Amino acid sequence: MIELTINGRKIQAPDDSTIMQAAELGGIKIPSLCKYKDIHAIGSCRVCVVEVEGARNLQASCVVKARNGMVVHTNSPRVREARRVIYDLLISDHPKECMSCARNRTCELQELGFTLDILETRLTGQQREKNIDRTPAITRDSTKCILCRRCVTTCRDIQKVGAISAQNRGFNSFIGSALGLPLGSTNCSMCGQCTKVCPTGALIATSSMETVWQALENPNVHVVVQTAPAVRAALGEPFGIPMGTSVTGKMVSALRLMGFDKVFDTDFAADLTIMEEGTELLERLTAAVSGEKVTLPMITSCSPGWIKHCEHAWPKELDHLSTCKSPHTMQGALIKSYYAEREGIDPKDIFVVSVMPCTAKKYEIERPEMQNGGYPNVDAVITTRELVRMIKVAGIDFAALEDDDFDAPLGLSTGAGVIFGVTGGVMEAALRTVYFLVTGRKLPFDGLHVTPIVGFDKIKTASIKLENVLPEYSAFEGVEVKIAVTSGLEGADILMKEVSEGTSPYHFIEIMGCPGGCIAGGGQPRTEREDYRILRAKALYTEDEAKALRMSHENPDIQKVYAEYLGRPCGEMSHHLLHTTYTPRGNFNEYLPAD
Amino acid sequence: MAKYAPRLNSLEDLQAIKDAFLAETEKYRHTVIVCGGTGCVSAHCADVLSALKKQYSVRGLRDEVRIVESGCIGLCALGPTVVVEPEGVFYCNMTPERIVQVVDKHLIGGNIILDYTFLDEKTGEHIPYMKDIPFFHDQIKIALRNCGAIDYDSIEEYISRDGYFGFAKAVNELGRTGVYEELKASGLRGRGGAGFPTGVKWESGYNQPGEQKYIVCNADEGDPGAYMDRSILEGDPHSVIEGMLLGGYTIGANKGYVYVRAEYPIAVERLSEAIETARAFGLLGENILGSGFSFDIEIRIGAGAFVCGEETALLNSIEGKRGEPRQKPPFPFQKGLFGCPTIINNVETLANVPVIIVRGAEWFASYGVGRSKGTKVFALAGDIKYSGIVEVPMGIRMGDIVFTIGGGIKDGKPFKAVQTGGPSGGCLTKDHLDVSVDYESLSAMGAIMGSGGMIVMDENTCMVDTARYFMDFVQDESCGHCVPCRVGTKRLLEILQRIVSGRGEVSDLDRLEKMALTIKDTAMCGLGQTAPNPLLTTLKYFRDEYEAHVIHKTCPAHVCKDMITYVIDPEKCRGCTLCARQCPVSAITGSVKEPHVIDSEKCTRCGTCISNCKFGAIMIK
Repeated sequence: MIELTINGRKIQAPDDSTIMQAAELGGIKIPSLCKYKDIHAIGSCRVCVVEVEGARNLQASCVVKARNGMVVHTNSPRVREARRVIYDLLISDHPKECMSCARNRTCELQELGFTLDILETRLTGQQREKNIDRTPAITRDSTKCILCRRCVTTCRDIQKVGAISAQNRGFNSFIGSALGLPLGSTNCSMCGQCTKVCPTGALIATSSMETVWQALENPNVHVVVQTAPAVRAALGEPFGIPMGTSVTGKMVSALRLMGFDKVFDTDFAADLTIMEEGTELLERLTAAVSGEKVTLPMITSCSPGWIKHCEHAWPKELDHLSTCKSPHTMQGALIKSYYAEREGIDPKDIFVVSVMPCTAKKYEIERPEMQNGGYPNVDAVITTRELVRMIKVAGIDFAALEDDDFDAPLGLSTGAGVIFGVTGGVMEAALRTVYFLVTGRKLPFDGLHVTPIVGFDKIKTASIKLENVLPEYSAFEGVEVKIAVTSGLEGADILMKEVSEGTSPYHFIEIMGCPGGCIAGGGQPRTEREDYRILRAKALYTEDEAKALRMSHENPDIQKVYAEYLGRPCGEMSHHLLHTTYTPRGNFNEYLPAD
Repeated sequence: MAKYAPRLNSLEDLQAIKDAFLAETEKYRHTVIVCGGTGCVSAHCADVLSALKKQYSVRGLRDEVRIVESGCIGLCALGPTVVVEPEGVFYCNMTPERIVQVVDKHLIGGNIILDYTFLDEKTGEHIPYMKDIPFFHDQIKIALRNCGAIDYDSIEEYISRDGYFGFAKAVNELGRTGVYEELKASGLRGRGGAGFPTGVKWESGYNQPGEQKYIVCNADEGDPGAYMDRSILEGDPHSVIEGMLLGGYTIGANKGYVYVRAEYPIAVERLSEAIETARAFGLLGENILGSGFSFDIEIRIGAGAFVCGEETALLNSIEGKRGEPRQKPPFPFQKGLFGCPTIINNVETLANVPVIIVRGAEWFASYGVGRSKGTKVFALAGDIKYSGIVEVPMGIRMGDIVFTIGGGIKDGKPFKAVQTGGPSGGCLTKDHLDVSVDYESLSAMGAIMGSGGMIVMDENTCMVDTARYFMDFVQDESCGHCVPCRVGTKRLLEILQRIVSGRGEVSDLDRLEKMALTIKDTAMCGLGQTAPNPLLTTLKYFRDEYEAHVIHKTCPAHVCKDMITYVIDPEKCRGCTLCARQCPVSAITGSVKEPHVIDSEKCTRCGTCISNCKFGAIMIK
């Protein structure tokens, strides 16, 4: 421990603390802008400067370490004046469009002006030219960028993609992608993690709200909405409901109030995915144990950010991916076929909206593979953050809503479908069913949770020995199924390196593109709480455990859809509607032939 | 290149090379040194050299005269320059024709061609001997001891002047701690600008634990008009290699990097060849001079970003990252290149080290003043008569550099200011000509020693425009990392642009000062923290010029184009029509033999008319 004096107060702090951390321990908040949690402190904005006695210049408290005996002033006239000048400089090159900005009242730059009590701005001068780069998933407005580089750190150091970086010099510096290409032409995975950390409106999820409002107002369109598992784990937060509370019932009520004709649950399609993907795994494993040449490990394909990354970074390993579409596009395909036929609605009149924790799914629905019979499986994806906006626009008092239930027939799900929203959840759901199908018994884990793959470690592994198997699976007797789970693209690359080198020991790998899984997806509400992943995961596991049905194959509506429509898992109809193909890409989205 | 490359395994081997070289050169009657510095290369010294070689062959002087192509001799303004030894006769403005005559008359005839030697304009007399020329007379050459004096390409000649004996002494006598103790006692401080004591830095490197350490030579010289480091690399590359070798030995690094900008192709070429030669002689590589110490050097070429001269940005650039400063602490000696303890020294600093080790701390410390020991190399540039490279003892009067060594202002105009330290430095006035040139005195004036750029300005210089120029430079070269430097320098530049275009307001002066002080106080790295210096010093010492711009909307130096008009004095104009014909925008009208008139709406203030008028009829108002 060290002891220092901040604003006349003696404060004790751990040895390695920064001045800012030490101040916080003493209850003193130092304003900052570019810093983000523990992952990004580069001292670029200089808003957090403080006076350190004996130092010639003001010191950036987010990066300068506290030292024993240091005497610090965080609120002296010299410090306040410096912060004002810096703020003035910052907004002298910032469009004053706050009233009509997507980040109005959630903008950290705006908030900082309030914190610093800025009542006049004095500086004017050249501003950067308007330059908006729009992909289906992410919209970048570089004039609103303050070059804090949180996005660069997130993309390069956390996701290890590095699609964007600082370029050029001086006032002409900007954050951009290689060769000045639009983001959509690069190896960006569209995971949207950058949109969660951006302090201003420079990086936002591309809005689909207007499209959805228009569909809702059109009396000739049958508007169906589905909600991903992770949405319910975070949707309550912006409405003041404690983090970690699942708000499934209120969410369904709100969607009904907004005017959706049917409210379905993507969790149903998660159960469906387990049937398809589990069957696909069993097929590959059966071939393997009988000595046939087959591609293993098999890797999950629910996360479109991961899929796009795989196509860029591992274009030769695409055979390892399960051919299953992501759950919401499976659901969309069923809505416009099975449900349409059942209800006697022309699929051309159906408009499917997916509420997702994800920005990559906005990109995914525009992939040419994601359509059947000439109709896109899903017509619009809105993020959890967009749903929050829409609920507010609609004047709904969310916190006061009563619970409601999803519609049939695509609304019923098991606990296995619920945990799809958290890292390890897809694997656990698959194992619950596959183990049962092969052995006739439930997974030998407490509460059916495969404990080694629960939690937020980068790489989680386990192996499960198949013993006393059912007669029809006798070939699996004594086989040890090895699995690995990762979330975030850095972990994905670690596992894929083994796959590409042929040294991967696993049979089945679950990969989610965002660190922590969908609960921490790029479309989820922003938060700086350190424990937000743990709390949101808890919300999903709690909902899972409260369900009567915990295994996907137990879902009666799933059984019904196979009986009435699809036939059998991985059958002809399934392959037509529920499975897809992948496109090898290189460093760029479009294939660029070598000269 | 060395014709043969014996591997040297001991001090005795080194001595043998020295003895052999001295014996070999003893037989020559003359040595003719042709300056091959970049300045003289641009002035076609290669033609002079080949004419010399041809003529001395024709005249059969091969066994009597040795020809040397050296690095920069210093007086770049008069290049190509040639020195004939042992007399030390200095010939300037040489041409192939002139050198042929020097061969015939001087080398063979024994008569100095006085007309080709230095002309002292004050006395109107030629000064034949280098030692008598004021430019050279007051210089003390330590870092430049070999520069312009030896064949940069000859490791033997470097050795003959006790080169690599410093390293031999270190490993045989001083030991690792002895080297840094000697440097501490010598008082050598970093010549790159900040002036940190080199011995203390090396001691920190020595004490820092770590399996892998690095020594880095910062040759990313970026100040406009400065070329001290380039001159050393071109003229005496082995002194830098030996300096790095000593640094590596002292701190325990087996690898060194030289970070040099791509704009220095000749320096890169000569240094590369010197490294190759040193390897061939076993002075780089495994078990150097049988000491058990191994060391090698790699050159990394930078793309010329000014900020990469900042040591942590330089490290990032070597690592292949964007050249941006890192937060300090941790300092590079703790966590530097590739995360390993790293000592970074400037070229000139390293060039000083070997000779300090050979001749001792006391000898070095006998030069200089106060806490500034030894000498400093400066690049004299601007409106000075004798621009070039000079090395002077610390503590010399600023006025002596400008007027005695530099010969004063060109065309006899009055002196106005001298700018030291490049874009990070400050402008000093005629009131500061008595200032002692050392780290502390210059800082006290608001300027800095910097790496050694010295730009002299005459009365025709607008100080507001000068501040604008440097601000334009730093805002262009800012890495863009931190807000004060990225946006602040831009806003300062905009205000200065407004002022020089006649749209400034009185309140701009306070605005400039306030913002400049905040930038100094809050910017992340040395570049940003010093970026406002030229502005702040001109505001302080030339406030009347700023006031003239913002209050009276006039530019006293007649430089700022929006505030001046060109007029023709009808009394003086003879109507020769020359100005009207030369004006690129046809702004001048008038009949033959009648006074002409300038249309100031059309006039672009290019100055063509003034420089062409034979009657002095055109004035700036």
